[in-house]
Amino acid sequence: MIRLEKRPQPSRLWTIVTPLLAVVLTMVVGGIMFALLGKPPLEAIRTIFWDPLFHPQFAGYSRPQLLVKAGPLILIAIGLSIGFRAGIWNIGAEGQYIMGAVTGAAVGLAFYPSESALLFPLMVVAGALGGWAWGMIPAILKTKFGTNEILVSLMLVYVAENILASASAGWLRSPEGMGFPGSRNFKQWPAVFNDELIANTGLHWGVLSALIAVIAAYVLMARHIQGFNIRLTGEAPRAARFSGVSPARIVFLCLGISGALAGMAGLFEVTGPAGQITIDFNSGYGFTAIIVAFLGRLHPVGILLAGLLMALTYIGGELAQLMLGLPGASIQLFQGMLLFFLLATDVFTNYRIRFAKRELA
Amino acid sequence: MDPVLLVASIMVSATPILLAAIGEMVVEKAGVLNLGVEGMMITGAVIGFAVAVSTGSPVLGFAGAALGAAVLSLSFGFLTQYLLSNQVATGLGLTLVGLGLSALVGASFEGVRAPGPGKLWIPGLAEIPVLGPMLFRHDFMVYVSLLLVAGVWAFLKYTRAGLILRAVGEDHESAHALGYKVVRVRMAAIFFGGACAGLGGAYVSLVRVPQWTEGMTAGAGWIALAIVVFASWRPLGVLIGAYLFGGVTVLQLNLQAAGTNVPVELLSMSPYLITIIVLVVISARGVHGAPGSLGRSFHASA
Repeated sequence: MIRLEKRPQPSRLWTIVTPLLAVVLTMVVGGIMFALLGKPPLEAIRTIFWDPLFHPQFAGYSRPQLLVKAGPLILIAIGLSIGFRAGIWNIGAEGQYIMGAVTGAAVGLAFYPSESALLFPLMVVAGALGGWAWGMIPAILKTKFGTNEILVSLMLVYVAENILASASAGWLRSPEGMGFPGSRNFKQWPAVFNDELIANTGLHWGVLSALIAVIAAYVLMARHIQGFNIRLTGEAPRAARFSGVSPARIVFLCLGISGALAGMAGLFEVTGPAGQITIDFNSGYGFTAIIVAFLGRLHPVGILLAGLLMALTYIGGELAQLMLGLPGASIQLFQGMLLFFLLATDVFTNYRIRFAKRELA
Repeated sequence: MDPVLLVASIMVSATPILLAAIGEMVVEKAGVLNLGVEGMMITGAVIGFAVAVSTGSPVLGFAGAALGAAVLSLSFGFLTQYLLSNQVATGLGLTLVGLGLSALVGASFEGVRAPGPGKLWIPGLAEIPVLGPMLFRHDFMVYVSLLLVAGVWAFLKYTRAGLILRAVGEDHESAHALGYKVVRVRMAAIFFGGACAGLGGAYVSLVRVPQWTEGMTAGAGWIALAIVVFASWRPLGVLIGAYLFGGVTVLQLNLQAAGTNVPVELLSMSPYLITIIVLVVISARGVHGAPGSLGRSFHASA
């Protein structure tokens, strides 16, 4: 008879081991899946996890791509993790990301063709505010009416997607686009193009902001009183209330931070890698960031590593699609499995496994 | 707009959400919050479609969808009930896995047409003027969904097993102390919820759209979750909620087709906006009726 015994404290060792274990399990099960699809499993795994970094022909292109993809994931996941720590489940980062991109782009496009150096910073602020405002909707509804933030933030993703559709086909459509949907291309507008800061590194403003966010989140959660309040609210809500922490303030703080960061990520993406507002410029980063947050154990440094790993599966996945004809959807499944295995192996972090004979009652 | 056609299409539009929501209500009544409804629905949609296309039988398609989604839901059950993982995170994981899995399986079915279930012509009733074409000329799943709601209602209200299920959901510690198998009851509820979500998904791919496209459930699973809240965890409320939502969906589609001055995007987002508004009104009223142990892990360690 296998018995679980709760640890007095989560095991530090297992906290670090479980993500690695989850990756290995995902590789094994993913390999079986690839074999079932009639693809060579070992080659597929190698193409996804090794070739983007070390293949003599592809690494030169894909290494910088790693930062390009990881940047928005880390930025969004950092925001989400702060909320998750407090037990505030913002699942609608995708919507906040879209709204950040749309508001930021709209503010920028209003000044077209200005070449002012202030324009890009202004757009970043507008993007952050757009995402923040979108995050405030579930926050206000939760604190005022007790409405569930999971459902509201998620419904708002579908609302945001429709706003994006109307922006790209209507009010932000490029007047020189000959009637095709899509805004002006930011890549052809040097003042606002979010280019690589150092050529061929993939490092753009979004990546830099992600690194700053990692450090800031670390300081907030480990050193600042608000970080302590956030953790306390998540771990012992009653104790938090007795010690004078206002639950409403925590809700506003957490949804505000994650909304603003997701909005910024959206703006950096639309002015950089994506280049323009189109109906599908968003590549589902808002949802993948949820996996990144958990895989990184809701810890800033962990999220940094998890974001890089998840970016690797994106790039390796594209490579595997190209080289082995692996279906794109298998990568999505791969990422989902990773979260699933992590949650499954997490039992070792919080519980001790005991093998014992069934006791007589 | 022809009112007869309108009511008939509302019933078709409401059925997938009704199926998924009644299943999720049972799961939540047992004290488990499974946010993976969307993932189970889309898996049901693709399995139902694949089975129906390859066997030519929509009935087998629905059966396969129910079984497939229910088996998938057991992975959620295993993680949350035996490995004590966080229910919110695991439910999200289930949705992500379901979306990936369905896209993978469905890739070879794009552009194929499914054999949909034919409409039943209920003898006697179907000939009634107005009411007949409104209510009694639908495919069998519409009636299955209504029977399911009635069955769940009777089960929870009148049977001993229903009482145990509610006890497990209200206060798992006490239920455990009384000797009920909390985990087993919850696993059964999760399995049932998965089967219902699978049926709902298959209804989308076999009847509503009769095609497979990636991500075709488009948030219906999340709406189903919202409807359980709207219903205050009561079967009749689930029925009303699903039909209201179906009504909004059909109305906005009709308005789009009629070419009104309202922007198409505003119409498309209206079902989600209205869901938010309804959630706010329900929450503001302060009457919740959520099961006491909803979302809490149970571990018989004490």
